[in-house]
Amino acid sequence: MTASEGRVEPGHGRNVPGSVASGAAQPALRAVGLSKSFGAFRANDGVDLSLPGGARHALIGPNGAGKTTLVNLLTGRLAPSAGDVFLDGERVTSLPEHARVARGMTRTFQINALFDGLSVFESLLLAVCQRRGQGASWWRRLSRLDAEHRDVWSLLDRLRLSADAALLTRHLPYGKRRLLEIGLALATGPSILLLDEPASGIPAAESRDMFEVIAALPRSVTLLFIEHDMGLVFRFAERISVLVAGRVLCEGTPDEISKDARVREVYLGGAVP
Amino acid sequence: MASFFGIVFDGVAYGSLLFLISIGLSVTMGLMNIVNLAHGAFAMFGGYLSVWLGARGVPFLATLPVCFVALGLAGAACERLFYQRLRRRSQLDQVLFTIGFTFAAVAAATFVWGPAEQRVDLPAALRGQVQLFGVGLGAYRLFLIALVAVLSAGLVALVEKTTFGARVRAAVDDEHVSAGLGIPVERVFCLTFAFGSGLAGLGGALCIDVLGLEPTFALKYLVYFLLVVSVGGAGSLAGTAVASIVLGLFDVAGKYYVPEVGAFIIYGLMIVLLLVFPAGLYGRRT
Amino acid sequence: MSSSGVPPIAPRELGLDERFGRLEIGFWLLAVAAFFALPGYLVLASQVLIAGLFALSLDLILGYAGIVSLGHAAFFGVGAYVAGLLSVRGHGEALSGLLAAAAAAGAVGFCTSFLIVGGHGLTRLMVTLAVGLSLHEAANQASSITGGSDGLSGMETSDLFGLFAFDMLGKTAYLYVLAVCFASFLLVRRAVHSPFGLSLRGIRENERRMHAIGAPVRRRLIEVYTLAAALAGVAGALSAQTTEFVGIEALGFDRSAGALVMLVLGGAGRAYGAFVGSCLFMLLQTIFADIHPAYWQFWMGCAVMLIAFFARGGILGYASAVFERLAIVRRGRAAPRPGT
Repeated sequence: MTASEGRVEPGHGRNVPGSVASGAAQPALRAVGLSKSFGAFRANDGVDLSLPGGARHALIGPNGAGKTTLVNLLTGRLAPSAGDVFLDGERVTSLPEHARVARGMTRTFQINALFDGLSVFESLLLAVCQRRGQGASWWRRLSRLDAEHRDVWSLLDRLRLSADAALLTRHLPYGKRRLLEIGLALATGPSILLLDEPASGIPAAESRDMFEVIAALPRSVTLLFIEHDMGLVFRFAERISVLVAGRVLCEGTPDEISKDARVREVYLGGAVP
Repeated sequence: MASFFGIVFDGVAYGSLLFLISIGLSVTMGLMNIVNLAHGAFAMFGGYLSVWLGARGVPFLATLPVCFVALGLAGAACERLFYQRLRRRSQLDQVLFTIGFTFAAVAAATFVWGPAEQRVDLPAALRGQVQLFGVGLGAYRLFLIALVAVLSAGLVALVEKTTFGARVRAAVDDEHVSAGLGIPVERVFCLTFAFGSGLAGLGGALCIDVLGLEPTFALKYLVYFLLVVSVGGAGSLAGTAVASIVLGLFDVAGKYYVPEVGAFIIYGLMIVLLLVFPAGLYGRRT
Repeated sequence: MSSSGVPPIAPRELGLDERFGRLEIGFWLLAVAAFFALPGYLVLASQVLIAGLFALSLDLILGYAGIVSLGHAAFFGVGAYVAGLLSVRGHGEALSGLLAAAAAAGAVGFCTSFLIVGGHGLTRLMVTLAVGLSLHEAANQASSITGGSDGLSGMETSDLFGLFAFDMLGKTAYLYVLAVCFASFLLVRRAVHSPFGLSLRGIRENERRMHAIGAPVRRRLIEVYTLAAALAGVAGALSAQTTEFVGIEALGFDRSAGALVMLVLGGAGRAYGAFVGSCLFMLLQTIFADIHPAYWQFWMGCAVMLIAFFARGGILGYASAVFERLAIVRRGRAAPRPGT
């Protein structure tokens, strides 16, 4: 997928200030020399990443390679020791996490981060209200937010969770919790979505719903996902970055990666999927 | 200035007392992650036990080890009965339970001993002053500092040199890994809690002459204990020691030099320190 | 399926219905009835309502946003002293006193909120305690203004609207307090059933995720803390105006802890829990304190311990657990099957 095909559409009602207006499209997400040290331990070391709009990019690597740390750096959960992050050409390195979400970049968590005491509907409504700029309004009644309600119902439709809308999150079975996890991220209307092991913990029999949700994501959404499930990686990814010991070992198409001897040695263990 | 030295001396004595009582709280919070607002009540009961024994003719110094043991046992009982389960609850539940405990304790003390301040009969050797470097220093306070210094040395030795100490340190660092290594974590908790409560009881008995003892002691000085622990960093011996001495000095100096704002110095200092070191001076930064 | 925009499940089933429950209506009707039925107890009833309002303000930050505060009485005290001082200096008009108190308490809340919202756990708890104690100490020290431990006297609350005098039996006072409390209750209720309220619950449930869906958590917490402080200030002003006295205990730890206990008894995270808890608290206090002053405190302490220990899901849980059960029963009966 070339950059010209995957033009990024801005998210709902958002400005993207500071974009460099030029003939060529800016990469949707770009990391330059991103590093993070915890004391003497280097979790990420000079990571470079460039995702054109509409990309389907996978991040793989052995455990402890620093993948989740990288996502935390990209989203602003952690401040980098060095390096920069750019969203559509705008430097966002010093912006806090919620400001980056407002600019279109959202992530999911490997271990579900849900609102156990809220119902499925309330959880999604919360995210939708925030996206529509209603998060602070204290005088509007929750039951009268027609536009927001419609958004939530269409989202529930996509996730196939409509029947469970009234259920409390803590009563959901695990597979559905995982769907809600993605649902919350989708509710923010992202143009860049970072998925941290979306299929983690879901048995193969139940993962069909998850795959379909991911496959149904439009090209207006740029996708970066961390995965260990090689089936998922080779099915969805158009480009793969291999992260080992905090550094990018190599990057390329699935074909190139599966043939690369270094990758085989370090990660795939010599087997070709 | 002789007076300045006297203030430092008083501050160190006060700080030593704070340390003795707070160290139990610090380890409990660092180890078991429990906000234990009832710790002041343990100290208070130690004091009242000493008074009770003293009224029956037991010499003051002899009451001290009794207070230590008695409150240690009480602590062990409480740990088994309540705190073991409180560990997994939310901070709010812990706060509420221990506040309830403290209120009940204060009420019980009022009922049994009345609201008046209690006094102890110090042995003759500890009354009056001792001349040191041309300055008259309170004998009792000197005794306090010496006692706490000795106990601290013992604590450091216990923590650094014994197996038990190593287990406590491991459990503070990482409970699950320690359990995985075969360390009887539950027993470590119980013993540590008991030990800390015993020290609190001992400190409470020692407090009577310096701070005064009445039922509201449990709440009034709780603030200082919590202060010491949060500023020093829960679970850290060194942190608690430094915080105690610093707070003791500032409190005494503040009340002497600027009595109108005396108490503010402490609160203000605490807020500043907490803003700069959210995990405490020696706390672990997550 | 749902492309027509008509939701297959009614808002009521989703828990979004904000119609008044029978309990709520019942409570306020009782409060009005008390005016006629219990003429001798109106002074006490006023205190119950005021304490309930104060507990409600604490519930905003505790039950909804999840901030445990041991120093909330500081704002009650600020409100009380501001209303008191205005009155002593000749401005005894009640409503303007209320507004001034709310503004002052809100300002103090706003300033201290920065210390609170940044921290977590023990640090945050300690800072709330320190703020409470500092203000208590300040009031004690500034005795020339506040009257120190003797309290502020010499207040005189002007006739309400120039017509209704504050009589000894407390009839005018009661109606005044009732009106203000009810108005505040409606306000809080509105805020709670709004997107703002939902985001507070989100912060309480999972603060980490709130950041990740783009919510400015810090800002929300500052907003709710300021609101809670202002409301506490209103309660303080009411107390000052109706008793025409402000004691130093208005700021004390006992008052902060008392509000916590009321929320324990009545259930936190439910707007009316504060008033229910206040009633129970005052009722129990009146019954027990007569026997021996320490008796009340002892049994209250024990009750709090029991509830904190045994309530499944903790304090916030036990009230919710009951309602969850009721809601599940209700949904089971009604359950319109969504079209497939």
